[in-house]
Amino acid sequence: MSVTTLTINGRLVSAAEGASILDVAREHDIHIPTLCHLDGLSEHGACRLCLVEVAGSSKLQAACMTKAVEGMVVTTDSERLRTYRRQIVELLLAERNHVCSVCVANRACELQDLAVSMGLHHVRYEPQAPQLAMDASHPRWIIDHNRCVLCTRCVRVCDEIEGAHTWDVMGRGRQTLVISDMNEPWGDSASCTSCGKCVRVCPTGALFEKGAVATNKDPHFVTYLRMAREQKLWNR
Amino acid sequence: MKAETMAQTITIEPVSRVEGHAKITIHLGPDGQVQDARFHVLEFRGFEKFCEGRHFQEMPAITSRVCGICPVSHMLASADAGDRLLAVEIPDTALRLRRVVNLAQIVQSHALSFFYLSSPDLLLGYDAPPAARNVLGLAAAHPEIARRGIRLRQFGQTAIELIAGKRIHASWAIAGGVNASLSAAARDQILAALPEAIETARLTLDWFRASLPSHDEEARTFGHFPTLFMGMVTPDGSLESYGGRLRIIDAHGRLVADQLDAAQARVLLGERVEPWSYLKSPFLKALGPDEGAYRVGPLARLNVAQRCGTPLADEEFARFRSLSAGPVLGSFHYHYARLIEILFGLERIGELLDDPSCLSTDVLARASRNRLRGIGMSEAPRGTLFHDYTVDEDGLLTSVDLLIATGQNNLAMNRAVTQIAKAYLHADRLDEGLLNRVEAGIRAFDPCLSCSTHAAGTMPLVVEVHDVNGATIGRIDRRA
Repeated sequence: MSVTTLTINGRLVSAAEGASILDVAREHDIHIPTLCHLDGLSEHGACRLCLVEVAGSSKLQAACMTKAVEGMVVTTDSERLRTYRRQIVELLLAERNHVCSVCVANRACELQDLAVSMGLHHVRYEPQAPQLAMDASHPRWIIDHNRCVLCTRCVRVCDEIEGAHTWDVMGRGRQTLVISDMNEPWGDSASCTSCGKCVRVCPTGALFEKGAVATNKDPHFVTYLRMAREQKLWNR
Repeated sequence: MKAETMAQTITIEPVSRVEGHAKITIHLGPDGQVQDARFHVLEFRGFEKFCEGRHFQEMPAITSRVCGICPVSHMLASADAGDRLLAVEIPDTALRLRRVVNLAQIVQSHALSFFYLSSPDLLLGYDAPPAARNVLGLAAAHPEIARRGIRLRQFGQTAIELIAGKRIHASWAIAGGVNASLSAAARDQILAALPEAIETARLTLDWFRASLPSHDEEARTFGHFPTLFMGMVTPDGSLESYGGRLRIIDAHGRLVADQLDAAQARVLLGERVEPWSYLKSPFLKALGPDEGAYRVGPLARLNVAQRCGTPLADEEFARFRSLSAGPVLGSFHYHYARLIEILFGLERIGELLDDPSCLSTDVLARASRNRLRGIGMSEAPRGTLFHDYTVDEDGLLTSVDLLIATGQNNLAMNRAVTQIAKAYLHADRLDEGLLNRVEAGIRAFDPCLSCSTHAAGTMPLVVEVHDVNGATIGRIDRRA
């Protein structure tokens, strides 16, 4: 396998062919914030938190979606990037109804963690406060669209790992919603296997267990399942 | 009141050293004498509306945010309503632990009310300057009492934290039980702190009892009138704070209703809405808003119960009940009742935690929604608290009705203010000591108006006299 050499934050680093900037950075302990990315799932590039500067391009690039190229010069941390990332988190918080104090994911929420890591103590944008319904028709779980950040981890894990493809995305812009089957109540879904993977990968409190007052999602099972499957660990 | 040109209104705003924001207006008749007085609650929180559409199992955590002083009471009333929606009997240990936490809540809140908010009036006098008549002034004049009061509140808060995980806004009680069992170490820590707390309660009771003769006038004028009383009792009529049944008695001590569950009690109660306050006024429907006015809280609980059920509290209970041939009618004695409840709470916490079953890990009954309406209750420090939920088949709330203790005392508080104003206020004598008594009369009920606490200080008090056309004809401003 050929090796690519590039520069990240002034450091010369090497990358396997086809690796994304995010992969390379992580391999070299260079932190880039992410939200929609989850190890073991395909990349989606939705949240834009992993934006980086690439020399020679005036546009910012999503590190998860951009392949490392020979000779590339990448900056992962700058005032400009910090400003954009902070704005992204503020916009996410303003878009729907994120009330940490009464959320099951309080202290176990990736959106909250991002806000804390950025020292975000208030949101400058007017809260949109959409009136979104909850779907509690499933016997075990609830989807609360008020807390959804449209990262599509649930959609991808259901499709790529479970193979059910119960979840998908409907609508555009601020009308976008994650739906089950053909926008039917989750509890009526014929495709849902009630495996619960979607609940475990959700970075916020949008998908949660009925009766839970706190949640510890731990989505690392995805990499384990994928590795076990690829290495045929379960074949006798 | 007939609109006479001489009619006047005196306004006390904000009322200080209560939990929340309120004002008092005193309406004078043409003859300059007090005709009527009103206690206005100026806050609007909207929990009942914005909880619609949420799932009932989220409600204990959401409604604990109603209040920073009694979050436990809301959490437990909400969990009780949730138990009823699940239609399950919760495990014995869950009920035992919920009781302990509720008693710890009553102890800490009563300690706040008595030591931080009311004892400055009792110990420093109603005529002491406002700058000194607060918990800091108390610490300067009576350091031992202030220190013990603070430690007592700390006991209650620490017990809540050790059992429920957080002192304020815990998310521990859930529909079907509780989500964490108690460790032996936590139990031992609570039990080890009990003797000092009990000693504080006894010393304070000794002092308060000895000072009672000097408060004789307040006892007669701070809301001394007949009403009904409602409070929770055990099946044998002893004092209870959670998981019991309600009893209603009249001003002569006769049983009006007994052993009611929350749903049975709720249908007996009507609510009147006044245009001048956000606080609704509940009353016993069968008797109407005047005859049906009732009081809840420490005074009511000790009036409806036949005994406390713990040895030290029962000794004091006998002295308390000897104040009157029938129920104790003077609202000033809310203070006395509060102190007895602290002692009772501490003793009962010891009893409940001495039983090894408190450490069982069987603390949650699991079920799906099995009913469409659930009414739960707890005895909050200030009185009976109801949470009434109606849900759809998925468990999403279609209606939320929170009937809070302070609301149930609303009619009585208005009467108390009127009575105090009639006794102490005249249009030509607007001095502060007299107006302070009006505030202190309200404070005896320990009204909790929101999640905000003003424990450490005196808020500015403005009193205005208005004529019938709204023109200000007199004004006292403490900030001046």
